[in-house]
Amino acid sequence: MKESSKISMKIDKVLILGSGALKIGEAGEFDYSGTQALKALKEEGVYTILINPNIATVQTSKEIVDKVYFLPLTFFFIKSVIEKEKPKGILLSFGGQTALNCGIHLFREGIINKYKIKVLGTPIESIIHSEDRNLFRNRLTKMNIKTAKSFVVHSVNDAVSCSLEIGFPIIIRSDYALGGLGSIFARDASNLKKIVSKIFSHSSQILIEESLEGWKEIEYEIVRDKYDNCISVCNMENFDPIGIHTGESIVVAPSQTLTNSEYYNLRKLAIRIAKNFNIIGECNVQFALNPNSEDYRVIEINARLSRSSALASKATGYPLAFVAAKLSLGYGLHELKNSVTKNTSAFFEPALDYVVCKIPRWDLKKFYGVSNKIGSSMKSVGEVMSIGGSFEEAFQKGIRMLDIGKQGFINNINKKKLRSHLFIKESIKEPTDQRIFFLEEALESGFSVKEIHELTKIDPWFLYQLDNIFQTKKKIDSFDTWKDVPYELLQKAKKDGFSDMQIASIFFNKKNNNDELNKNDQYKNLFDLEQKIREYRKGKNIVPYVRQIDTLASEYPAYTNYLYLTYHAIQHDIIYERDDKSVITLGSGVYRIGSSVEFDWCCVNALNTIKKESYRSIMINYNPETVSTDFDICDRLYFEELTLERVLDIIELEKPKGTIVSMGGQIPNNLVLKLYEKKVKILGTSPISIDKVEDRYKFSNSMDYLKVEQPRWKELSDFDTIYQFVKEVGFPILVRPSYVLSGANMNVISNQEELKNYLNEEMSTISPEHPLIITEFIKEAKEIELDAISQNGEILYYAISEHVEFAGVHSGDATLVYPPHNLYLSTLKEIIFISKKISKYLNISGPFNIQFLSKDNKIKVIECNLRVSRSFPFVSKVSHFNMIELATQVILGKKKSKIESDFMIKNFVGVKASQFSFSRLQNADPILGVDMTSTGEVGCLGDSFDEALLKSMISVGYTIPKKNILISGGPIGSKLDLLEAIKLLHKKGYILFATKGTNSFLSNNGVPSIKVYWPNVKKYSNVIELIKDRKLDLIINIPKNLSKSELDNDYTIRRYAVDFNIPLLTNTRLAKAFIQAFCNLSMKQLLIKDWNEYK
Amino acid sequence: MLEDGTKYKAYHFGAPLSTSGEVVFNTAMTGYTESITDPSYKGQILTYTYPIIGNYGIPSSSCKESICKFYESDKIQISGLIISYYSNRPYHWNMNSSLSDWLFKNGVPGLFGVDTRFIAKKIRKKGGSMLGKILMENEDIPFYDPNQENLSKKVSVNKKIIYGNGKYKILLVDFGLKNNILRCLLRRDCTIIRVPWDYDFTNEEYDGLILSNGPGNPKIYKKPIHYIRLAMKKERPIFGICLGNQLLGIASGGDTHKLKYSHRGHNHPVVLLKTGKSFITSQNHGYVLNTDNLSKEWKIFFKNLNDNTCEGIIHDHKPFFSVQFHPEASGGPMDTEFLFDFFINSIVNSIKNNK
Repeated sequence: MKESSKISMKIDKVLILGSGALKIGEAGEFDYSGTQALKALKEEGVYTILINPNIATVQTSKEIVDKVYFLPLTFFFIKSVIEKEKPKGILLSFGGQTALNCGIHLFREGIINKYKIKVLGTPIESIIHSEDRNLFRNRLTKMNIKTAKSFVVHSVNDAVSCSLEIGFPIIIRSDYALGGLGSIFARDASNLKKIVSKIFSHSSQILIEESLEGWKEIEYEIVRDKYDNCISVCNMENFDPIGIHTGESIVVAPSQTLTNSEYYNLRKLAIRIAKNFNIIGECNVQFALNPNSEDYRVIEINARLSRSSALASKATGYPLAFVAAKLSLGYGLHELKNSVTKNTSAFFEPALDYVVCKIPRWDLKKFYGVSNKIGSSMKSVGEVMSIGGSFEEAFQKGIRMLDIGKQGFINNINKKKLRSHLFIKESIKEPTDQRIFFLEEALESGFSVKEIHELTKIDPWFLYQLDNIFQTKKKIDSFDTWKDVPYELLQKAKKDGFSDMQIASIFFNKKNNNDELNKNDQYKNLFDLEQKIREYRKGKNIVPYVRQIDTLASEYPAYTNYLYLTYHAIQHDIIYERDDKSVITLGSGVYRIGSSVEFDWCCVNALNTIKKESYRSIMINYNPETVSTDFDICDRLYFEELTLERVLDIIELEKPKGTIVSMGGQIPNNLVLKLYEKKVKILGTSPISIDKVEDRYKFSNSMDYLKVEQPRWKELSDFDTIYQFVKEVGFPILVRPSYVLSGANMNVISNQEELKNYLNEEMSTISPEHPLIITEFIKEAKEIELDAISQNGEILYYAISEHVEFAGVHSGDATLVYPPHNLYLSTLKEIIFISKKISKYLNISGPFNIQFLSKDNKIKVIECNLRVSRSFPFVSKVSHFNMIELATQVILGKKKSKIESDFMIKNFVGVKASQFSFSRLQNADPILGVDMTSTGEVGCLGDSFDEALLKSMISVGYTIPKKNILISGGPIGSKLDLLEAIKLLHKKGYILFATKGTNSFLSNNGVPSIKVYWPNVKKYSNVIELIKDRKLDLIINIPKNLSKSELDNDYTIRRYAVDFNIPLLTNTRLAKAFIQAFCNLSMKQLLIKDWNEYK
Repeated sequence: MLEDGTKYKAYHFGAPLSTSGEVVFNTAMTGYTESITDPSYKGQILTYTYPIIGNYGIPSSSCKESICKFYESDKIQISGLIISYYSNRPYHWNMNSSLSDWLFKNGVPGLFGVDTRFIAKKIRKKGGSMLGKILMENEDIPFYDPNQENLSKKVSVNKKIIYGNGKYKILLVDFGLKNNILRCLLRRDCTIIRVPWDYDFTNEEYDGLILSNGPGNPKIYKKPIHYIRLAMKKERPIFGICLGNQLLGIASGGDTHKLKYSHRGHNHPVVLLKTGKSFITSQNHGYVLNTDNLSKEWKIFFKNLNDNTCEGIIHDHKPFFSVQFHPEASGGPMDTEFLFDFFINSIVNSIKNNK
C-alpha cells in the first residue's frame, strides 16, 4: 500500500482531535476510530499529533501516535496547539461530535485558514450543512429527497402554530445535538410549551418536526473517495421503531424486514446524499421507512465516524475508520485492499453470513430520580454486539452479554408471579430500559404477537422471533426432567441461543415442586445442574462451532482471525494448533459505569506484551466500542460472550497455555472461581487468593489476621447483631455484598429508618454464597490508592495516588492526584509496609490495587482488588512506565526484578478528573456518593497541582467563572472549610451570591455576598431566576447530608444548574481546590506541553 | 447429497419432492424473490450463504403491462433452495404468501437447517458449482447436469412479444431475461420486441439490439452466435448482458471457461477501465469470457476488482458493448443502471449518423 506518491498534496504532519472523556452519547467507539485512523496515518509515514485529555485511551499511546497533548478539547487549547505545532492537515471526523464541533469553531474563527491547514476528508462546508438541520433539509429538498416535515422556530408561539400545522405528536430538536440531546417528543400543545421554553434557554432556534413514530429506522454506512467511488458497507435496522434514539435501540445488521427493492432504494438514496455532500471518508445516513409502503424520510446524516460506524465496522469486519483515514489522505477505494482477505479490493460491500445484534446497556438505577423511560435522547452507557446464525441465537447471546444478571430473553430464575394484564400492557407500551423483559412476560401472559405489535409498534417479524424463543422454552418446559428433553429439541434450543444455565434454570425450579421425579437426578445447585447439562449435550455432540468473519460469506478463501461461535454450523473454520503457545485474555465486556475504556487499554497492552513474549494472543470480548475487539490487535479474536459456558467452549478448543483474568475488570474476576473449579489454568495470582479478596467476609477476616487496620465491620447474620454493631459505630454505615465493582448495591445508610428499609428490601436478593458486610463509615478521611505489580508475593513496582475528595466519594468519581502532593512520608511508608504484607500473604503475581483511608495519621485498608484497576492507565502514562507490560510479563511467568518507583521525585503532577453525564439523565440528582455515577474521565498533566487540576476540570466541561458565583455552603463544617477559598474569590473581585444560611455565615466572617432566596421561596432574587437568566458562572452547592433521597431545594438548584449548563461543584474539597487553582492561575499560565515534555 | 458423495440431513420446506441439478451459492443478503424467479438460475439448486431467508414472504404475482411487478420472470426458475434458517413466520405489507407455500404451490423443494457456509466452501473449491440433489426420505433420483442442455429453450419466450410504445425500437433476444431489463427499457421511452433465443432477427427492423442474460454454458448457443455475427455487420448498437456478454465475446473471437470462484452476489466490485471509476454490481455467473483471442478492435470495458476477470467488452469504434454483471440488478445494487442510458445514447447517435 506504499503508494504515497499518489497523494497529490504532501501532508506529512497531521493533527487529529479526539473526543475527550467518555460520556453518554460519545463513548469508546471514538477510541476505536481514532486509533485506526492513527494507524492508517502512521502506515503512510505521516507525523501524527493528537489532542485528547482521555488518558485511559489506546489512541493516546506511544506506539499509536507520535505526539500527544493531554489537553482540553476546547477552542483555546486546540488553537494554542496549532500555533505551536503548525500541522499541515487536520482530521475532524474521528473524535465524534466533540471534534466536529471544535473543527467548525476553528473554521468559523478563521484558524484553519490562518494557519493554512488542510481539513482532510469531508470538506468543512459539507459538515456544517449536515449539522445544521435547516441547511440540511433544504439541500435534500433540492435533490428531491424527502425529509421529515419541519419548521425552524424562534419563539414558543411559533412553535405552537407550526406544530399545529404539522399535527401532533411532533418532535422537537435543537442544533448540534449530541446523541439526541434536546430532541424530545411533544404530544400536545401544553406539553410542547413546557418543553420548548426550557430549550430556548439553551439555544436560540428550535426545530419542530413531523413525528414518524412507528416507522422503521434504517441506517446505511457509506464510504466514498475523492474519485467519487462510493459504497455502502453495511445497513442496519433498528428493532425499535423511530422515536427511540438509535443509541437506545436494539440494532440488527443486516436489515431483516426489508425487501430487495426497499434495501436498494434506500441504499441508492444514501449514496446520492454522500455524493452530493462530497463526503471523503465515511458517513452515516439514517432513514425512516414507512412500515406499510415504500415511503421514506431521511432523518439525518453524520458526516463523521459514529457509534453506528464502529458497530458496522465490527459487524462486517470492514475497517471503516482505517479506510476513511486513508481516503482522507487522497487514496481511492479501488487502490486499497480488503484488510481481512488481504487480496480482494477495499472497494466492495461486505456480505454477511450471520446476523448481528447490538443491545444497549443502561445504568439508570445508579441515578436517583431519573426516569427509566427511553426515547429520542440517549441514556445508555454502553452496548454489546452479538453474532449468531439466527436472530434468536444472536439476541439471546446479546442479552447475556449485558451482564445484568439476565440469562437471555427467557429468565426463569427468581421468577416473580405474573403481573396483571394491565400492568404488562402499560409496561410494554412505553419504551423503557426494561421493556424487552416485559415482552417475555407479555408472551408468558398470553398476549398475541399482534397485540404486542399494536402496543409497541415493533415490527411483527422481530416479535415472531421472540415468540419462537418463547415457544422453544415452552416445549422444554413441558418435560419433567432435563434428561427427557429430546435430542432435536435440545439442539434447537442451543440454536435458539439458550445457554446451559438457562435450560438448567427451567428445570431447577421444578425440583422443589416435584421431588419424586428428581430422585435419579441429583444436583447440588444450579451451577451443578448447568455443568451436568453441558456434559450431557457434549456427549450427544451438541456443540458450537467456530466460524470466521471473512467479509464475503466464504465466496473466496480468507485467512481471518476474527471469530465467533454458533450452533448453526457443523464444522470449524479454523484448525487448532494446541501447542501450548497461546494465551487467552478475557476482555472487559460491556462498558458500564465503573468499567470502560481503561480496562480496554489494559487488555490491549496485555495482548501486545503476549505477542512480544512470543506467545499467540487470543482475545475474548464482545464490546463493539473497543480497540481490543479490532482483529488486527491479536492473533485470534473471539467476538463472544464472557460467560462461563462460552469461555469454557473456547478454552476447550484452544487448549491454551493459560488464561488471563486480571485485565478485564470485574467480569473476568467474577468467573475466576468457576473456571478454577473446572480446572482451567489461570495465569497470575491464584484464584484462591482472588476469592479471599473478593469475598468481603474472607477479606475482612484476613486483614484482622494480618493485623492490618480496617474500618470496623460485621457480617450480616441476624438483625440483633446488626443493631448492636450500629450502636457501637454509629451512623452512617456502609453496606455491601461481595464481588462488586463500582459500588453497585453498595449503600450508605444514615439512620435507623433507612437501615430497616434496606434490610427489608435487599434481604431477598443477597446470595448466601456471598454474604453482606456492614462497615463503619469513616468521615473526613483521606483516600489513597496503591496500584502495584507483584511477583510471587513480592512487590516489583508500585504507584501511589491520592484523592482530592474525602472518602465517601466513590474512587471512580473522585479526582485523583499522582504523584500525591499532600501526603506525609510516614503515610507513604506505612502504606508500602501494609501493601507488602498483603502482597506476601496473598502471594500475588500480577497487578493489584489497594485503597486506603488515612485519618489522624492512621492508615486503614478499605478495599483490595487482585486485578488491574481503573487508575492503571493513568499512573502508567503519567510516569511513562507501562505497568501492564510488566504485569503481563509476570503473569506469563517471566522472572522480573524490582523497579524503583520514582514518582516522588517527579516535578510535575497528573490529575484525573471525572466526567459526568447528568445533563443527559433528566431529573437525576447530580451528587456524588459511594455509588459511582461518572461515565468517563480525563487525565491532564501540569507543572503544579493547580495547573493539572485546571486543565482536567476544563476537560470535563468546567469553565473558569467570569464574574458571578453562587454559594450554598451546606452544613457548618463545610462552610468553614470553604471560607478561605471564598475569601480568595472575594479578593479576586468575584461577585458572590449566597443562600440564606451561607449569606449570614459569610457576613459574620466579613465576606460580602448578595442574598438569594431558595427555590421554594417566591421572592426575588430567587436562585432559579438567576440560573434561568444565566446570571451565574459557577454554582457551589454542598448537600447537607449523604442520604440519597434528598429531594429538596438543594436538589432543585443542582438540577437547574445541570439543565442550564452551569458548572456545578458539590464537594467541598474539590470546590476549594478548583477555586484556588483558578484564582492562582490564568488561562495563559496553562502551558501547552505535550506528554513527552513531562518526564 | 452432492456429487462427491457428501450427504447432509436437513429439514424440508416447500414442496416435498426430490430434485436434482447444479448446486450454486449466492452471497446476497436480500432479494430471494428476485433470484428464485431469475431464469439464469434455471436447473440450479440455489444455496444462500446468508442464513435467514423468507423474512418478508413473497409478494403477489400481479402484473403491470403484462410484466410481473415483483418477479423477474413469471415463475420460479430454480430447481431447489437450500438455506440455513427458514423464517417461517414472515411479515411484510407487500406479502402475499410465505416462501414455503409459494415453493410448495410451484412444486419446488427447499431445505433448511443446513450449514450453508460449509456447502459454499465445498462448492467454492469446485469452481462454484457441483451437481447435487435434494432427496426426500427413502427416495433417490439420478444427478442432472443442466449445462449439458440448452436451457434457454426452457426459459425463453416461444414467440415474439411487443411491449410499450416508445421512441426507440429495441430488439431484445431473450435467453431467459430478467423482467427488470424490460422495466429499465420501458422507463427510457422504448418499444421492445422480445424474441425467442433462437429467433432469426437478422431481418428485423430495430434501433438497438440487446442480448439478454440467461442460464447455462454459452457455447451451446451456436445459432444465436451466428446471428450476432451478422448483426455486427450493421452499425446498430448492441448491448449484451451476462450471457449476452459471453455470446458477443464468442462472436468476436473470444472464448469462455468456468471461473475459479464463480460470482454470485450483490457485492461485486468492477472498475470501468477508461475512467478508473468503480461500481458495485449484482452478479450471477459461473462462466467468464476469455478475451485473449478477441479481435483487436475490442477493448476490455469493465474488470473485476477482486479477481481481475473480464466484466465487459466494448468495441472501439462501433456502438457495441456488453457487461458480465447485471446493470438491471433486481436484486442488488442499481449503481450501473446508467448503462441503459449509455445504450440509448448510442442509439440516438447511431440514428443521427444514419440520417
